[in-house]
This record gives sequence, structure tokens and C-alpha cells, in this order.
Amino acid sequence: MGAPQNLRYTKDHEWARLDDDVVTVGITAYAQDQLGDIVYVEAPEAGARVAAHETFGTVESTKSVSDLVSPVTGTVSETNDRLVTDPAVMNSDPYGEGWIMKVAVTNPSELQALMTAEAYEAYVGSLGH
Amino acid sequence: MKPTPLHDRHVALGGRMVDFAGWHMPIQYPAGQVEEHRCVRTSAGLFDVSHMGQLRFRGPDALDVVNRLITNDLAAVPVGKAQYTAFCRDDGGILDDAICYRLAEDDVMVVVNASNTARMVAWTAERATGLARPVDQSEGWALLALQGPEAPALLERILPGGAAMAPYAVRAVTEDLIVASTGYTGERGFELFVRPEAAGALFDRLVADGAHPIGLAARDTLRLELGYALYGNELDLTTNPLEAGLGWVTRLDKAGGFIGRDALLAVKAAGVQRRLVGLEIVGRGIARHGYPVLSSTGEVLGEVTSGTQSPTLGRAIAMAYVRRPHDAVGTTLAVDVRGRPVEARVAKPPFYRPPVRPL
Repeated sequence: MGAPQNLRYTKDHEWARLDDDVVTVGITAYAQDQLGDIVYVEAPEAGARVAAHETFGTVESTKSVSDLVSPVTGTVSETNDRLVTDPAVMNSDPYGEGWIMKVAVTNPSELQALMTAEAYEAYVGSLGH
Repeated sequence: MKPTPLHDRHVALGGRMVDFAGWHMPIQYPAGQVEEHRCVRTSAGLFDVSHMGQLRFRGPDALDVVNRLITNDLAAVPVGKAQYTAFCRDDGGILDDAICYRLAEDDVMVVVNASNTARMVAWTAERATGLARPVDQSEGWALLALQGPEAPALLERILPGGAAMAPYAVRAVTEDLIVASTGYTGERGFELFVRPEAAGALFDRLVADGAHPIGLAARDTLRLELGYALYGNELDLTTNPLEAGLGWVTRLDKAGGFIGRDALLAVKAAGVQRRLVGLEIVGRGIARHGYPVLSSTGEVLGEVTSGTQSPTLGRAIAMAYVRRPHDAVGTTLAVDVRGRPVEARVAKPPFYRPPVRPL
């Protein structure tokens, strides 16, 4: 699956999408493929503060646990309830129904520092897979 | 990393290859771990387990020679049957868990874990006493495991009459083909020992007939649902069979004794300090290897040896060593999941019991 053009990406394989002042965050197709079958997601509650480059939760697959690293700084406005009962949607639709949280950001320009789809695909290509 | 005779097929099928005990093995194929797991529970899966080791004991005293090395009593089963056992050091620590196959009165094959093959070759050479000397045949056999409710029908297509075996039986069909009704999934199934040069054609035929290739990741969740021990997780040199739930394969009164018996008699007399138990995870989270097990007041009682989300049950399960007397079935404990206590309950494996199907 190619990385959608309308998203920005981190080296930790999260994506971010800005709509007005709210950024939606998820993990990339590459991340879900590397993780394997996702069975559990731990995400912050609405109202929690998250910070760019800092861990905001964990994602567990049948074989491993990985930290989720926030691409942006702000206050969580909503988390994806569906992940509680159907975490596998992160595998099947990582850029859509598998989103993790929405963050009301204080500084939308933070996104400019993240990779474009082209840059991210080049980065993944450099990882040797 | 060593390739198995099926290595190129795994790669061609899109298998994700990893290092496992020095072997280059498929952890999963494109279908993915959960789907592979489901295939074994509902149809038939095919595993390459050629990395496992084979030790062959041939000679008039083969049975006695092996029996002095193992905790179980191989004399209790007839020729044509297989038996699960542990091997212990003098101090009672577990060297390996293995299956012994009685191929003939004077012929026993022992299948050991890949991670322990080199050590078991050396140890049996040093400690075996008698005419039947252990011969390392690991390079001479490829091993395919065909497991699942449709396994008998698939085997019948390539070996008519071959599936008519009771569980834990073995038959040397020819010098170059041994069929055993053993496995590591809890399902009906077979392990097929074939020569390395014949493995590819057999693998292709079984896949063409509908067997699903299964990687090591699903092999692990399948065995964990049954509560089967994995050497390196539940078992190692610091564990003994009495605390590891292997008392049922430890015959302390066996005629002739065995290596490690005296140490295990002392353990039994003193009483074991901890036991391997099953844990059903009640709270949200997955217990993983090495996570501490806590009492309801936060006291550390032991450690998780294996844990996963059970694909069949849809909830988290684990195995753990727990200090007595906190090991009773039904006891409420907690697992420290990265600093967060998650409620767990002691349970008696198997967590999942495959439905009984007609032979």
C-alpha cells in the first residue's frame, strides 16, 4: 500500500493528518505489516496531553509490543473506540478506520517538520525491506 | 544461519524469514499468524520442522540405553508407539524435552529441540551406556508436520491407509519415510520424517492438495493454547520436571533409575517451591515472557514464561512460574504489564481443547 499523499509521516512510522486545528494520528501500512496481527492498543483518554517525539501509548501484536510516538504536541480530543474491540482494523485499514487518536494541536506548523509521502517511502525503502 | 531443505520454498511463498536456533525459518507467510492459526484449527496446516534434531539408538539394548537417560519409562509403551519425556542433568535441571519413537525392539529415535540438538548429541554420547550408541541423524532427515482436522484425509491421498493410526503411534513405512501421529498443536495430525532430497516434492504435493503453510509464530500460539511447554521459555536448566508440570513423565520408581532421579527424589521430599501454572488474563493487556507475576497486594510471586493473545479464544493467556501456595487454580493474581498491574487468574491448561473428531 502506498503512503497517501495527504498525510505526513515520522521515522517511527506514525502518520498525521491536519484538519483545521485537529490532527488525526495512526500508524503506517509498513508499521502494521512489521508488527503483524495487532491484538491490543493502549491509547490516552480524551483530555490527555501528548507531546511530539514522546510515547503516548503502546500497540501489541501477537508477537511483540511497540511504543507509539506522537508526531505532534497538544491535547487529545478523541480516541478511536473501535480499536478496543477490533484492533485488527489497524492491520486492514491503517490510514482510515484504524486511526488511533485526534489531537487538538497548539502549533499546526509542527507538521511541516514531518516527512512527505515521497520522503517517507524513500525512508522505508532505505530500511532494506 | 542454516537453511532447511525447504528454504527456497518458504522464500518463494513469501515467508518472512528469521533466525531461530541458528536456522533460517519462516515466522509467518503472507496469510499472517492469526489466519495460519485458524487454518490449523479448522482445516490443515503444514509446518517445516526440519530444524529439529534426531538421535537414533540401534542395538539389542536400545530401549534400556534410552531409558536410563530419560525421566519417563519408555518400557511402558510397545514398539510402534511414541512417548514424551524430559532429559535431566544429575542435578535434576531439564536438558531438553523430547519425543522417543519405538521404531522396533532394537531401534529408538529421539527427536530433540533444535536449540538443544548440539548439546544433546554431546550429552548422550557422554552419558549413554551400552551397545546402542546415539547417532546424530539430524542432517539425514527433513521433518514436516501436517496438523489439523483435515490432516488425515490429506495424508490418505499420498499414503493410502497411512492415516489409520492411534495418537502417539509411529511407523517406519520404508527406510526413507517414517510417519508418526504426533504434533505440537493439539489437533489430529502427523509428523513425516523424509529424506532431505524428497522433502520438496512432499511439501509441494501437500500444499497442492490444500495444506496451508504455517510459520513458527502460529506454531507458538497453537502450542500455548494447549499449555504445551516450550524449551527456553517454560523449561531450562534451572527448572526441574516436578515444578514444570512434567511429573506425569517423571517415573521416580522406574526400574534401573535414570540420570537426575536422586536429585528429583530430594526435590519431591522437600516439596517444590514453585509451580508452572496457566494464567487467564482477566484485565486488559497481554502478559509477555519475563513479566513479573504479583499477588493481589503487589508482592512478586514469579514470572511469566510465555504469553499471547489466544487467536481461538480471543483473550489473553499465559504460562508462569508461581511460588506456592499461590498456584491453586482460581487464585486471583496480577501480571505487571510494563508497570501496570493487570488482573489474572490461575487456570489449568489446556486453555483450548480441540473437539474430539472420529478417527
